[in-house]
Amino acid sequence: MTLDNIVLLIPLLPLLSFLLLGLAGKHISVRFSGVIGSVILGASLVLALITAYDYFFAIGKQGGEFIPYLTAQLNWLPFNSDLSINLGLVLDPISVMMLLVVTFVSTMVHVYSLGYMKGEERYTTYYAYLGLFTFTMLGLVLSTNIFQMYIFWELVGVSSYLLIGFYFSRPSAVAAAKKAFIVTRFADLGFLIGILMLGYGAHSYDFFTLIDRLSHPGSSYLVAMTGASFLGMSTLTWALILVFIGGAGKSAMFPFHIWLPDAMEGPTPISALIHAATMVVAGVYLVARLFPIFAVGAPDALTVVGYVGAFTALFAATIACTQTDIKKVLAYSTISQIGFMLFALGVAGWGPGKTEGFTAGMFHLFTHASFKALLFLGAGSIIHAVHSNEMKDMGGLRKSMPITHITFLLAALAISGIPPFAGFFSKEAIFSAAEQSNPIIYWVGLIAGTLTAFYIFRLYFMIFWHKTPDAHAHNHEKGEWAMMIPMMLLAVGAVFGGFIPFGDFISATGKPLELPIELSHIILPVGLGVLSIVAAAILYRKESDVPQRIVNALGGFYRAAYRKFYIDEIYLFITKKIVFKLMGRPSAWFDRNVVDGTVQKTGSLTIALSHAIKRVQSGKLQAYTMYFFGGVLLLVVLLLYKFA
Amino acid sequence: MINESIIIMRFEWLISLMIVVLFILNLMGVDKKPERFMNIVNVMLIINFVAGFIPIKDGYLFQGFYHTTALIVLEKNILNLGLLLIAFSAKQWIIESKRPAEFFMLMFSSVLGMYVMLSSGHILVLYLGLELSSLPLAALAAFNTDSRKSSEAGVKYILSSAFSTGITLFGISLLYGAVGNLGFDAIIQHIHEDALTLTAFVFILAGFSFKMSIVPFHMWTADVFEGAPTPVTNYLAVVSKGSVIFIFITVLYTVFGKLENAWLLAISVLSVMSMTVGNIFALRQQNLKRFLAFSSIAQVGFVLVGIAGASNMGTDSVVYFLVIYLLSNIALFSIVEAISDETGKVTISDYKGLYKSNPFYAIIFTVALFSLAGVPPTAGFFGKLFLLTSGMGSGMYVLLGFATINLVLSLYTYLRVVKAMFIDKEEERMPIIKKSLLTNFVLAVCLIGIIVLGFAGVFYQYIDSISSQL
Repeated sequence: MTLDNIVLLIPLLPLLSFLLLGLAGKHISVRFSGVIGSVILGASLVLALITAYDYFFAIGKQGGEFIPYLTAQLNWLPFNSDLSINLGLVLDPISVMMLLVVTFVSTMVHVYSLGYMKGEERYTTYYAYLGLFTFTMLGLVLSTNIFQMYIFWELVGVSSYLLIGFYFSRPSAVAAAKKAFIVTRFADLGFLIGILMLGYGAHSYDFFTLIDRLSHPGSSYLVAMTGASFLGMSTLTWALILVFIGGAGKSAMFPFHIWLPDAMEGPTPISALIHAATMVVAGVYLVARLFPIFAVGAPDALTVVGYVGAFTALFAATIACTQTDIKKVLAYSTISQIGFMLFALGVAGWGPGKTEGFTAGMFHLFTHASFKALLFLGAGSIIHAVHSNEMKDMGGLRKSMPITHITFLLAALAISGIPPFAGFFSKEAIFSAAEQSNPIIYWVGLIAGTLTAFYIFRLYFMIFWHKTPDAHAHNHEKGEWAMMIPMMLLAVGAVFGGFIPFGDFISATGKPLELPIELSHIILPVGLGVLSIVAAAILYRKESDVPQRIVNALGGFYRAAYRKFYIDEIYLFITKKIVFKLMGRPSAWFDRNVVDGTVQKTGSLTIALSHAIKRVQSGKLQAYTMYFFGGVLLLVVLLLYKFA
Repeated sequence: MINESIIIMRFEWLISLMIVVLFILNLMGVDKKPERFMNIVNVMLIINFVAGFIPIKDGYLFQGFYHTTALIVLEKNILNLGLLLIAFSAKQWIIESKRPAEFFMLMFSSVLGMYVMLSSGHILVLYLGLELSSLPLAALAAFNTDSRKSSEAGVKYILSSAFSTGITLFGISLLYGAVGNLGFDAIIQHIHEDALTLTAFVFILAGFSFKMSIVPFHMWTADVFEGAPTPVTNYLAVVSKGSVIFIFITVLYTVFGKLENAWLLAISVLSVMSMTVGNIFALRQQNLKRFLAFSSIAQVGFVLVGIAGASNMGTDSVVYFLVIYLLSNIALFSIVEAISDETGKVTISDYKGLYKSNPFYAIIFTVALFSLAGVPPTAGFFGKLFLLTSGMGSGMYVLLGFATINLVLSLYTYLRVVKAMFIDKEEERMPIIKKSLLTNFVLAVCLIGIIVLGFAGVFYQYIDSISSQL
């Protein structure tokens, strides 16, 4: 089998799984449907590994740098002679990396769900949706064309809608799915307009043609798109900011972050897959895809990305410290970590010595996928055992859930950036990049990093310590191998993932890049991280009233953070009070008084005139002709005023 | 000469022949056995549809009063497709109505009018075609003589139609006064942008807008759509509107080409009003037929965005979109019809939990709604995309802004129905609708079309190639 076929098969296998389980699901025994889905995904993972090996060690490198490898090219929709949409698949360092992340985490989630979803009523449907999601996500990653990406982008939205609303008998799940769909749809509108602007400016939708035309200073397209300015920013900057709005929606950046915590209503393995490792990083991936254009053509847009990322990182970390639902803590943690990835991209630039942030952001995306998925799966197995999401129902679980305990601890150390775990390496790279180019972002990031260690160990101690373990508790993990093995495999990633010489493979230019690790840089972040862990241990390892006293001391700020800074309320206020009042009421009023009113008055007049005509309500007709004539007059006046 | 006229007017001859055959069958009493009669009609429809694809040369007759081009042939074929699918899906209802010959005679006469209208090269021929296509519709809307609502729909349609025709004729006479000739070519040569011509233009525009149900000339739409029998509503929404839109583009682009600035402004205003009013009013409808009426108003508003492109791409994108619009709406109406025939239920709340009782219908309904809402990857997305891109060509950014806002608004409108079918709890279980073979065939064609057309760049290229020859 040639590489081209292998690459094509990677997304098609999950699609096959979806079609098989979705269409023929009724004829497949429930027990087997999960196994079938998992085996198919496993095959996809193996193919992804082969592809990665081939790309990184055989075909990808030419003359010392990685170049994109295009396959399955298809000319598709021609707009006009020089603008058309093509389809195809692309292999380049970041797409290959995402390929690995998506297939690996998805396979783990497939296997884990064999245990977690056992006995669920719509088990087969669940696996069908998982296959659909994986297919769309892989399609997104492999797109060679911004338009193709947009289509998969929307499909990812649809399949995640199905998965979030999986427990559709719960109203909260339905509401959450709807919220996720509508919020991201709004953001996608920005994306679509941005795409159209890029296409009009550069006469192409292909990523590499776009990059070629818009990232070389002096190219005629670049000059045209940066020449004119609107409200102080060039067309290109606007286009890229609009594209980034789409990315911010999917990646739950402030102020679009509101859908992600609610999306935790879906089954927990779904949260691990969609809301930790894959879909939510699509925004980061999108910015990375267009990175040369951002860096060369519109550094302003990149700065926006950086500040949005940094603010969200800090903002979400603060909220995470106050939540009591373990999945909500992890949700805000995810938002905060994606903020890290984006500000890493935001502080990067173009040119020697400036692109470190790009590699750092991608590196963090990679390591985060394994430890965050692990945290979610751990949370899933805890919820499975305790049947509650609330921290107060847990405590002292370290004896009855030893494997979950150890893997959760490893993941917590990784996310806190403690050496030598995976998160340490990627976070150090991010801090080092930020320190060089933007001190504000560096300090904001450092505070957010410190809070990260605090909230994650608060979670850890509340779950596994806090109360004295029940000596007679039976082991919750017995016989749950389907759930334990994926967690152990992910733990391997969380522990050793950082040792990969990431800069050798992924950089903005394709040339290898050394990620420096210097002792002087390490001391501060790691020291702060350790201090936070100690603080969390003191506060939460045993039951005490100290945390409550701190809460009381913090007063209003704590309450604001606990209520997620009232962002949801603000949205509600805007939609209910402003949008509905300003738009809904007048149109309802117009309808009731003007339309119905006129109709009724003419109607009643006619009723009085003739009983026979009342039967066909010809009164209305007179109103209709009135509108008709009004329209004619309006147009005549308008046109004569303008043109004659 | 006679031979040539037969070949060039092939569409018109064939459908006239079919009307005559129906007449004879009616006299022979074949329509007393509706089942058998329907089979004959269906065979005729298939012949008519297939014959449409036999290549035909461009040409004109009667000193240019009548002409045909590849684009016109394509448009007639699209109408034929609509006619065929609607007749197929309505089979059960027509059999039960017991008057199949009458139904089809009226419908074919209306189609004949559309053919004439599309091929017209003279305003009067255009007017004759337009009237011939709409008069039988009034009789069709009132076809269900047992139902008061149906009769009311018929009366409303004929009265408002008469009013609109009056205005149009007035406009035509003003135009004659201004230009001195009503042949398309002569008008193109002599037309000027002056007060008289502009007034004439607005009056004619109002007539077209009435048929396309553009706000504020749309008032009849919801009542007639609701009252008329569902197959007739389907026909009104798809074939009738489609045919008028086809000729409307030609008239705007060629006959009134010199008034471009004026009509750009006029149709932008109409487009914004139609999209907004259509979407907002659709939001509060409970009856599905009324809902689809307002939805179609909003859709036509969107078509105007494409027309505002005022270029070749305008024609391409509108023809392309209308095919998708046709398939999506036929799917929707066929399901509404199947369900209301069986249970009499037509409101959105009746559709709660449809996914549980009739998953097949619920899924197709959803796909069709998504296509209308322009959700990728359904063909509707590409249709809207091309319309938007076309509109961008003339740089009407305010119009485009309204269009994009409405795109989001319409998503919400359509999701409301999807939500009812999939998520809401049913109040009363819908019986499992037994499906007829023909309806299933129609639904399958629509579904495949909605999914495949978006990816069929070939089709769009074909439209582009024939429209650029003009």
